[in-house]
Amino acid sequence: MHADPAGVLTGAHFIDGDHACCEGALAGGCRFVAGYPITPSTEVVERIALRFPEVGGVFIQMEDELASSIAIAGAVWGGKRAMTVTSGPGFSLMMEHIGFAIMTETPCVFVNVQRGGPSTGLPTLPAQADMMQARWGSHGDYELIAVCPNSPQECFDLTIKAFNLAEQYRVPVLVMMDECVGHMMERVVIPKPEEIEIFPRRWTKAPLDEYLPFAPGEDLVPDMARAGQGYRFHMTGLTHNEKGYPDMTVSGQARLLGRLIDKIKKNAAALTDVVEDQVDGAEAVVVSYGITSRVAQKAVQAVRAKGLRVGSLRLRTVWPFPEHLIRDLATKVKAFIVPELNLGQMVREVERCAQGARVVSVPHAGGTVHDPAIIVQAITEALR
Amino acid sequence: MAQTQIRIGGFGGQGVILSGIIIGRGAAIHGGLHATLIQSFGPEARGSSSSAELIVADEPILYPYVKDVDMLVVLSQDAYARFTPALKKGGLLVTEADLVSLTPPVPEARHFVVPATRLAEEIGRKIVLNIITVGFFGAVSQLIPREALEKAVKESVPPGTLDLNLKAFRKGYEVGLEQLAKVQAPA
Repeated sequence: MHADPAGVLTGAHFIDGDHACCEGALAGGCRFVAGYPITPSTEVVERIALRFPEVGGVFIQMEDELASSIAIAGAVWGGKRAMTVTSGPGFSLMMEHIGFAIMTETPCVFVNVQRGGPSTGLPTLPAQADMMQARWGSHGDYELIAVCPNSPQECFDLTIKAFNLAEQYRVPVLVMMDECVGHMMERVVIPKPEEIEIFPRRWTKAPLDEYLPFAPGEDLVPDMARAGQGYRFHMTGLTHNEKGYPDMTVSGQARLLGRLIDKIKKNAAALTDVVEDQVDGAEAVVVSYGITSRVAQKAVQAVRAKGLRVGSLRLRTVWPFPEHLIRDLATKVKAFIVPELNLGQMVREVERCAQGARVVSVPHAGGTVHDPAIIVQAITEALR
Repeated sequence: MAQTQIRIGGFGGQGVILSGIIIGRGAAIHGGLHATLIQSFGPEARGSSSSAELIVADEPILYPYVKDVDMLVVLSQDAYARFTPALKKGGLLVTEADLVSLTPPVPEARHFVVPATRLAEEIGRKIVLNIITVGFFGAVSQLIPREALEKAVKESVPPGTLDLNLKAFRKGYEVGLEQLAKVQAPA
């Protein structure tokens, strides 16, 4: 299936990451957005509010982030592709409903344009300090998917991807932007609608009286029912059986959680989305994501010019973490260098998988990006 | 060319950010170049400081912020004071004739003075000061083809103001070319 031409602004544009995210959502089929505007994500919903009337979409400015994040679940079960958009303080309030979307297998997209925290922090300045909150912020055990764009072009591309993955795996997908990519303007090329692949909703073909809303297919993902066609089923955030009714037993919990986790974990290889650069034969590999990956690449170019064999591994999908790649590289390289706009978050994942290889964290409290010279120094010292 | 770092500074309401967007759009959409624009402004909509950081390059841009400024355009005294220290020796400096008094003195730079306020008043709308400045900058910098900038102006201004803005752009460009010719003429 391809994108609905009505939502696709084909052509070359000079727009910021927030606007590109909005266009990605439109191209990805999003027709419902609920949000409580917050810097530095406001421009996403500003543009949504302007563009949605042209495509028959519905945007609601809600009373807060709790309401926004549950409204999208309602819209999805009503048949729409939906997202909400926020930044740190709002993301904290949305955690409960990320868990609800995981438990009810509601395909939806959460955009977090990260700013410095904790609390109100640095509203207008960048950070990447919500990376572990993205993974673990809601209570209970679960798996989800998070992508991390490093340019306005990728804000467009990865927002489309987020909608597709949400539908394919029936899981909330987080688009983890940051203030820098959100407010940075660059050339963004929007392809023709027929060049944009859309993963359609998994509508059930079961007869009305045989439909089981949480009975999975071979890929462990169940199909959804179209509202208004006569399907009757129950849905709850409680641990439930295939009919959707509460099943609060030890075996019911083990069965449901096992499947919710396995449907992502068993597809970790398929979900891996990284950009490798001169990783083969490298003595050290810089692991980075989002805006920091661009600054890191500048550092990598500088140390290569000095003759060091340094590779770069950029994560476009950060969750699930591509641990198989790190485990494999760990047998070949001396060190991993992990710069990030936080005081050491994704570096913990690298450490977990690095076995004997040295892992060097290059932390930054946020507010701007790293000075590439600091990353150069960390690489050089790691290889000394 | 490799990479050119540009800063445009002024106060909110002057259209500083739009100037940056037009130059960036001209470079990235019509000029066959790469461009990255970062904007910063105070919490007030008008009257506070406002500036655009723009990098134009013939290769992908990795580090997004402007550090050592190759080309500086200032439309306010505050911007002049704040941003000239970061201007590279021998860099391009454009100051607005009536809004910037040159104290402290101009650093070692290729300096041009754009009479944007006066030209805008002649055209009849003070609001086109920024578009005149874009034209002037295009001429004295010779960084981006004129046609590319003109296309970017057309795409960036509100409908109904196109003629006015094109007039402003062309006037700024002509005045810029005249000043450039004077500098380049053999003594």
